[in-house]
Amino acid sequence: MLALLVGYLGDFELAEESAAEAFAVAARRWPAEGVPDQPAAWLVTTARNRAIDRLRRDRVLAAKLRLIEASMIASVEAEVNEAGEGEIPDERLELIFTCCHPALAVEAQVALTLRAVAGLGTEDIAHAFLVSAETMKRRLTRAKVKIRDAGIPFRVPSAGQLPERLAAVLAVVYLIFNQGYSAPGQAGRLAAEAIRLGRVLASLLPGQQETRGLLALMLLHDARRLARLSGPDGQDLVLLADQDRSLWDWRQIAEAREILELAAAGRGQYVIQAAIASLQAASPVDWPQVAALYAELADLTDSPVVRLNGAVAVAEAEGPAAALAIVDGLDLTGYLYWHSTRAELLRRLGQPDAARAAYGAALGLAGTEPERRFLRKRMTEC
Amino acid sequence: MQYALLIYAKPGIVEALSPAEREELSREYFALRDEPGILGGAGLQPVTTATTVRLADGKPLVTDGPFADTKEVFGGYYLYEADNLDQATEMAARIPVLRLGGTVEVRPVLGKAS
Repeated sequence: MLALLVGYLGDFELAEESAAEAFAVAARRWPAEGVPDQPAAWLVTTARNRAIDRLRRDRVLAAKLRLIEASMIASVEAEVNEAGEGEIPDERLELIFTCCHPALAVEAQVALTLRAVAGLGTEDIAHAFLVSAETMKRRLTRAKVKIRDAGIPFRVPSAGQLPERLAAVLAVVYLIFNQGYSAPGQAGRLAAEAIRLGRVLASLLPGQQETRGLLALMLLHDARRLARLSGPDGQDLVLLADQDRSLWDWRQIAEAREILELAAAGRGQYVIQAAIASLQAASPVDWPQVAALYAELADLTDSPVVRLNGAVAVAEAEGPAAALAIVDGLDLTGYLYWHSTRAELLRRLGQPDAARAAYGAALGLAGTEPERRFLRKRMTEC
Repeated sequence: MQYALLIYAKPGIVEALSPAEREELSREYFALRDEPGILGGAGLQPVTTATTVRLADGKPLVTDGPFADTKEVFGGYYLYEADNLDQATEMAARIPVLRLGGTVEVRPVLGKAS
């Protein structure tokens, strides 16, 4: 409904305020007068009328009012009437592309998407991203004002721009997912919201392999949610190989694999990552295939961190010596997992002293207590 | 709505071009002036010709040059009528300064919002 109103009013704040008013009116009237036949259409019409009242009151926006009255009211009415059966046109896609427009800062894209598309409250969003509610409110307001004043369009980008703009949208969704995934407490809800957004995108853009790839990837990671943490405060990471597979959500894994199947023609980064995650959930794991996919992903993203992750697969497929050669060729000395991966490989190669030294270097870079606990434990196992 | 496409160039880059290249460049800038939607614009002389005016003790003080040295200098602008920001950034992407390491700032013009 918000998407529809933003589309017609061309003004985020006005749309939000009038939608809120419409809901307030509904809350007052419906219990006494009964729910109308077409509640969604009723809400849109009420919100639109409220918006027009508001604009009428605001003489500064007289020009805007004329424009809206001339062209848009007719089309809202036509569409609301046409839609019948209480159905309203789906403009969520337009809304998502507006929220994730590259002219907005990434933090603003994330916040707006959660607020406007996922419908989360400002305070919940602030909480999940560890900023004050006031800061989040300002961030959202600034973004909405920019959308209006800079003329950020409410539309799905043209075919030429779509791949690039879709990549920005998917990046925002994945960021939301990871924020929720890495913080299982309060922010945990974000992972579910990201998956919901992923489902919306996959259903509205069925031709795009990467939207399916991202959805499959999120479902696969999320399916392991209950098995990936343990320890006294439930914050210790459990390595994939050590996870209790009976805690995995196998139905969700099966669903992810079906989605991935449909995207198999895609060779984008999310499809490949999902394919890796799918293989890693199999038993036994086809490590040569995982290593090959990592190599493809590394070429695509040119990321040394991806090459490091690939080295772990190479260690399983070809042995620790081949993996160590790859790891030693990477310039990641400031990265905790470079040191801990090296340490693990050195341990397997029967070089406990070198392994302990590498774990020591990793320990020096560890930022959280669970990480330090994990590394100390590995160190004593050398 | 109207957008100002503000052109920021790296100083010295244009001066380093050959006369033929410079001529081609100015042809491109003039060609953009004829694009539909472009309402006007101007290119400026190099920043070495700039004079700065400010108030000192309430009186105008005129000095040589720009106030601070910057990595990019304002070199000119187009005024462009577009439906939305996407259209404006598409036009901005065609300005030759980008090829020469410069940037274009896209700013909506005050009071011209729909």
